[in-house]
Amino acid sequence: MAKARLIGDRTSKVMVQAMERRAADVRGRVFQFSLLTTLLISLFIIGVLIADVMIDAWGLLTGRPGGFLSGTMRSLSDDPKLGVQQALVGTFWIAVFVAVLAFPIGIGAAIWLEEYAPRNRFTRFIELNIRNLAGVPSIVYGLLGLFLFVQSLGDLTGGKSIAAAGITLAILVLPIVIITAQEAIRAVPQGLKEGAYGVGATKWTMIRSQVLPYAAPGIFTGTLLSMSRGIGEAAPLLLVGAVSGRLGGNPGFFDLSAINAESFMAMPVIIVEWVQNSGRDPGFAEAAAAAIVVLLVFVILMNAAAILLRNHFEKKRG
Amino acid sequence: MSDSRVDLAEGFSVESLTANPRQARKERLIRDSLGATALVSVLISGLIIWSLFSEAWTFMVEVDWGAVWDIGWFPRRGIYDIKTLIVASLIVTGIAMIVAGPLGLGAAIYLSEYARPGVRRTLKPILEILAGIPSVVLGFFALEWIAPNVVKTLFGGPAAGSLLAAGIGVGVLVIPLVASISEDAMKAVPMSLREASSGLGARKITTTVRVVLPAAVSGLMAAFIVAVSRALGETMVVFMAGGAAQTAVYTHDPLDGSLTMTAGMTSLARGTDSVVGEGLTFQSLFFVGLVLFIVTFALNLVADRFVHRVREQY
Repeated sequence: MAKARLIGDRTSKVMVQAMERRAADVRGRVFQFSLLTTLLISLFIIGVLIADVMIDAWGLLTGRPGGFLSGTMRSLSDDPKLGVQQALVGTFWIAVFVAVLAFPIGIGAAIWLEEYAPRNRFTRFIELNIRNLAGVPSIVYGLLGLFLFVQSLGDLTGGKSIAAAGITLAILVLPIVIITAQEAIRAVPQGLKEGAYGVGATKWTMIRSQVLPYAAPGIFTGTLLSMSRGIGEAAPLLLVGAVSGRLGGNPGFFDLSAINAESFMAMPVIIVEWVQNSGRDPGFAEAAAAAIVVLLVFVILMNAAAILLRNHFEKKRG
Repeated sequence: MSDSRVDLAEGFSVESLTANPRQARKERLIRDSLGATALVSVLISGLIIWSLFSEAWTFMVEVDWGAVWDIGWFPRRGIYDIKTLIVASLIVTGIAMIVAGPLGLGAAIYLSEYARPGVRRTLKPILEILAGIPSVVLGFFALEWIAPNVVKTLFGGPAAGSLLAAGIGVGVLVIPLVASISEDAMKAVPMSLREASSGLGARKITTTVRVVLPAAVSGLMAAFIVAVSRALGETMVVFMAGGAAQTAVYTHDPLDGSLTMTAGMTSLARGTDSVVGEGLTFQSLFFVGLVLFIVTFALNLVADRFVHRVREQY
């Protein structure tokens, strides 16, 4: 009845009837409900995943959180010195390599492609090439790292070292950095650029003073996303040769000699290692879950920051 | 004051319009170094192809091809049955798409067509967080939760790893990918099409199914292909939850454990003595990598064409 009033008094009776029948759109309701269900299932899976990991990790993380973070790899899961410090150090250095290599090269390439590149075949080829690189499976990057940085350039990188792994992962995330930075730079209004030219800026001054500041949040979002991808990636590290079994030393965070030492560990790899150990020693499943919680804290924080940042600026700029 | 202005006008020449040479040199230097960073990506592609081909070539020339079509994957004993790996990869990818296709597409339609802006703003970031979860975490989840709770109770399979557990895990991993590309494709459909459809008296479901989905079909195809390519290349979930270590006998039963192309490579590199096997063991790694690279490359190229078609239309 309320509907009829909305439709208006002068609408003919037949039309009102036709429109009101719309309310009993059973198929539409079922369709909408099943769509919502698919979405809720996906969200439910995340919930179960996080709950499952948390339950497994709870005992270890509440029992001795400090000891777990500063402990090392052990052969028994109930060893009180079991922990992830070696892996944290490895992941820290991998992150440094990604930041030092992939960020400047990626952002530079994005600036060139958006601001300098001539519109010709060659540029289109480079762009297609970058999109394809973004789709290459991570394990193929591992093969590249194994062939190039471990074997061919082994004298420089120290073989199966953190340097080889870091460069490999920097290459892996490079396309993501380029693509996200390109999108951010493309969104800079033409008026800002013309304004800078109008007051006599050179191209580079224009880019530095207008394009980069405006695109900075978007570029930063992209670097956060690619960093979280980089520190969570395990497959290339297994190929580049993160150790299996025991790791000899336990270098500190800023111990530079660890970079090209012939062995290293990283957070995602220690998880794999412990999951595999859980076959003979079930306690390792708990340790793996605890390591996952540590890794997820970093990854989810970075992702959440990136998403919030992007949404904030999208809203502000409409 | 007025004097200086006159001076400026009189001294105005072509020279004062061109930048000073030092600055021009600096500008060129910046342009060229930025161009060089863009070329790094081409260099990387070249290096990938070179490294894959150089080792895979040795394999292809020297291998006894009977060993490439045999009973299973035993690289350390000189049996490199690629069909074991390919069939396992196809099974995992198929299961993953059965999981991720409906879930991802349904979530995308809901977010794009039905969700109120407020709901969308809350739900979408959560889905994006799922996209950021590292694959080792899903590997753990597939092995420790999906295998005992889904594979064993629903399908009567083993509580340990199996192709089915790995496939479901990979499916969960690619849901956000399917959802986000499909949603982009549907968002790109112009509002006017929906309005015209409603104006003709179509219901929401009719507008969505008969107007929006067909208009977005290129993008949906792209989402599907990219997801297949991603599932084929996914490594950690299948390595951890695939239910086989080091070697695998040929199987096409999803409840069995086996090695996919990616898992086969990883377990080969993960052996006790690293990648130092007999004869062509090391080269076989690159041969499988090359096969995987070619397949995913072709899929990505096709998906790229579909995405472009969407952009050109609207």
